[in-house]
Amino acid sequence: MATQLPPVDAVMVGFGWTGAILGQQLCDAGLNVVALERGVWRDTPTDFATTFAQDELRYMWRHHLFQNVAYDTLTIRNNVNQDALPMRRLGSFLLGTGVGGAGVHWNAQIWRFLESDLKAYSHNLKRYGKAAVSAYDMTVQDYPVSWDEIEPYYDAFDKLCGTSGKAGNLSGKIQEGGNRFEGPRSAEYPNPPMAMPYGPTLFAKAAIEKGYQAFPHPSGNVSRPYTNPLGAQLGQCTYCGFCEKFGCGNYSKATAQTTILPYLLMKPNFTLRTESEVLKVETTADGKRATGVTYVNSAGEEFFQPAEIVVLSAYVLQNVRLMLLSKIGKPYDPKSGAGLVGKNYAYQTMGSVNVFFEEKIMNPFIGAGALATVVDEFNGDNFDHSGLGFIGGGYIAQMHTGGRPIEMIYTPPGTPAWGADWKKAAARNYLRAVNLSCHGSVMAHRGNYLDLDPTYRDSFGRPMLRMTFDFTDNELKMSRHLVDKAAEIGLAMEGVSTVKKNYRTGSWSVLPYQTTHNTGGTIMGDNPTNSVVNKYSQSWDVPNLFVTGAGAFPQNAGYNPTGTVAALTYLAADGIKSQYLKKAGPLVVA
Amino acid sequence: MAGKTGSALGWVVVGMIAAIAAALLLARPSAAAYTPMSATTLSTRALTEVVPDSIANAQQVRLGQYLVRAGDCASCHTREGGGFLSGGFGLNTPYGTIYSTNLTSDKDAGIGGWSADQFYAALHDGAAPGGGALYPAMPYPYTTRVTRADSDAILAFLKTVAPVNEHQPPNSLSFPFSVRPLVHGWNLLFFRSGEFAPTAGKSEIWNRGAYLVTGLGHCGACHTPKNSLSADKTRQALQGGTLDQWVAPDLTQNMRTGLGSWSVDDIVEYLKTGRNAHANAGGSMAEVVAYSTSILADADLRAIATYLKDQPPSPEVGASAPDAAMRRGAAVFSDACTSCHMEEGAGQPRFFPPLRGNAVAQQTDPTGVLHIILAGDRTAATAQRPSALSMPAFAWKLGDQQVADVATYVRNSWDNRAPPVTATQAKAVRKSLGLKKERLTEDSTDR
Repeated sequence: MATQLPPVDAVMVGFGWTGAILGQQLCDAGLNVVALERGVWRDTPTDFATTFAQDELRYMWRHHLFQNVAYDTLTIRNNVNQDALPMRRLGSFLLGTGVGGAGVHWNAQIWRFLESDLKAYSHNLKRYGKAAVSAYDMTVQDYPVSWDEIEPYYDAFDKLCGTSGKAGNLSGKIQEGGNRFEGPRSAEYPNPPMAMPYGPTLFAKAAIEKGYQAFPHPSGNVSRPYTNPLGAQLGQCTYCGFCEKFGCGNYSKATAQTTILPYLLMKPNFTLRTESEVLKVETTADGKRATGVTYVNSAGEEFFQPAEIVVLSAYVLQNVRLMLLSKIGKPYDPKSGAGLVGKNYAYQTMGSVNVFFEEKIMNPFIGAGALATVVDEFNGDNFDHSGLGFIGGGYIAQMHTGGRPIEMIYTPPGTPAWGADWKKAAARNYLRAVNLSCHGSVMAHRGNYLDLDPTYRDSFGRPMLRMTFDFTDNELKMSRHLVDKAAEIGLAMEGVSTVKKNYRTGSWSVLPYQTTHNTGGTIMGDNPTNSVVNKYSQSWDVPNLFVTGAGAFPQNAGYNPTGTVAALTYLAADGIKSQYLKKAGPLVVA
Repeated sequence: MAGKTGSALGWVVVGMIAAIAAALLLARPSAAAYTPMSATTLSTRALTEVVPDSIANAQQVRLGQYLVRAGDCASCHTREGGGFLSGGFGLNTPYGTIYSTNLTSDKDAGIGGWSADQFYAALHDGAAPGGGALYPAMPYPYTTRVTRADSDAILAFLKTVAPVNEHQPPNSLSFPFSVRPLVHGWNLLFFRSGEFAPTAGKSEIWNRGAYLVTGLGHCGACHTPKNSLSADKTRQALQGGTLDQWVAPDLTQNMRTGLGSWSVDDIVEYLKTGRNAHANAGGSMAEVVAYSTSILADADLRAIATYLKDQPPSPEVGASAPDAAMRRGAAVFSDACTSCHMEEGAGQPRFFPPLRGNAVAQQTDPTGVLHIILAGDRTAATAQRPSALSMPAFAWKLGDQQVADVATYVRNSWDNRAPPVTATQAKAVRKSLGLKKERLTEDSTDR
């Protein structure tokens, strides 16, 4: 029997980026907010102080900050004809857990989607015709938000994080040195770009010689000490090269911990309960209203937390699973195409090119998560796709994320995988190689989706989530195009000796790391027949339920998702504050 | 206080015996000391809650609430996990542990039954109701300067504090300090009661600052050096003290160790936000900022700063550091410190303090800087600057010689100057903090 707790105005399930943003917004609006996080409390001095944060074995390989898949995991398959099996070791993506979520171990690459990304269906339909948006069983659709609507929230997140970069389009005026493809920005980045090491400098030079623009990657590793609008302070990045898969000991990386929690935790109307695993969202008998959530604490005690507003602010995969477990909305069925919860699961298509130098020393250990120069000519619809046989795209970047000695040893083609010759090549090339990252989109396809596994259950006896996903030729062709273009730039870099193209081929595999950019499953749209939530991340079926995060993406763009995740969360907060609190009910009538 | 005069001579004798006993017993003279706690864990909402008009004497209660902030009563009279001002916080003194009293309105355990006269006697004379003496861990040598009106206002506020029926644990003091009447002797030797009297010829704001610094705010309780019986060395007022392995820095106009290079605005910013261009508030001062100065009126902070800027500088201490230690220290500094404190000790002002010109680093007594290197520290979290930025502990990572060398280096680089630090000093601080060295980096054979 669950212990009944006093009701609150809002309960949030999961306390990463979106939980922290919404928590701050709702508390400032005067709501009494409780956040439930199934993981542990995490903070800079105790969990990743500078004295031990740069420990590749502990954090990267032994998964110190990630979800423990022995405790909870999901099952995986490529298509409906296979039996899904539990993912017993994290590989392709690295699920976060604990306060701050995956936002603790991210690279802090802060992107905005292109205007055309937000209209992926109608834009491509108009330019390339019906076949382009329906090939490969594509189920692509538009975001229900326009650029003008979302831009102020992108800007809010930039100011929260102290994003370091150079604008390419300020209110319609193209700016030298920035990304001229980006949508018009209302303001310059709050901090100047990071200082570029040798590799990104040579890459930018080669790209410009080839007629492309090259610009500094927008970075949440701040280029100078920064105090954000909440008063929270970020220290100047030291370029130590331990961001991705690590917590930052220097307070330099924008995370919930560095940007929001110092402010939010002082609020008397905010409560955070860690190690509290939500089992399901409870609803009224007619299923039209959420009454609160049932959760279990670390002692195994069960509680019911009643709330006026329920927010699913966990990671994409857990949000979809809780929707299905709570029987909210109709599960998606790939055979009939009916149902919406779990539909349009998408991901990221990663390719790369290793560039080797004979004499030049690249010092790869001077790194940061978003330290790069970028070419954006082949992203989204920045280029003519006619005759290419795919839609979508990605950016090409010389990412200098670090020179972590176990993970980041690149050897030229023809090097054996082990033994004395491998060692010789590793030692020879550690300082003489850089990586060009080809960070591509994944469109939505009929066969890629999420549902509950019929066989495997977690320690609470609940069905695991089942992921059914594969790359289609749309993604593979797109990625191949990117890799070829990247290799051309690589070969134009001064002092280059050789390049190695790493194409994405065959079926998606759960094994090699790619990115933790899982999207879709609770997609947003302009009416209840095509989406789970409206543009305010509000459930069409249960209006006092909000589902935040990248689950809302109808398909995934070529950029990293967090900027858009945060912007959509701010949009949801504004919808709640300016409309819902005055009149509870659907914020969009369709 | 009838009979006080009559027994004065006797108490002087007792006091002298106590003084001699103490001198013999104590290996190391030290002030009354505080165990630092994390600066934002106490339930102190009552310090800033708006006092409603519905209370009969609302105006007086409001003043009292403000004065409780000015006196930083919460830091010592609230323990972690305890009710607001319910006492029971253990103060580590060289003579044992003294537990703070319950100041809530509880009639049995708190001050709910106290009269205004009794409360004033406690503040003014260090006298408990019934004639007993308070231990001078309660800073009555400072609160004696509080006016009667302010004393009455404080009591009026305390009477509105939610009652908590909890008695503090008995003190665990060693003999002869456990004999409370000895305090009367200490009082005769060291305590002069008397309300604050403004200094003629000084401005109103200066006098307000003097009232707060030398009275209710009891800054000297930590920042004035102590004699062997924990009494202020009054001729060295505010020249810096050592307590519980922290250094309360020099607050005089000394350019190295004191506030000589700080402007009035610098001091105000530090007290208000917990940091300024020169320093971050950590250690016990983080509590003072959190529970007191950050929630005081700007005018009072300016008054405090005005008074402090008018203190004559403490004497200069000459020093020179051996080259070998400086070379070794530079290597440690480059490895361990520059990521936050930057090359040339420039720091990231208001984030990670500059070490160039840093007063804590240049205190003659290196205890504070050793404490921070060994155990780490957090900056005060305040409403304006909520980030409790931290310095990690290096005890497990650096050996005593390395700690001493880097301390010597920081104290004598970039125009800094302070006596060099020895491994023996580092070892002593490490031991007294109960920190072990878990990795023998400096003794490792593969260096």
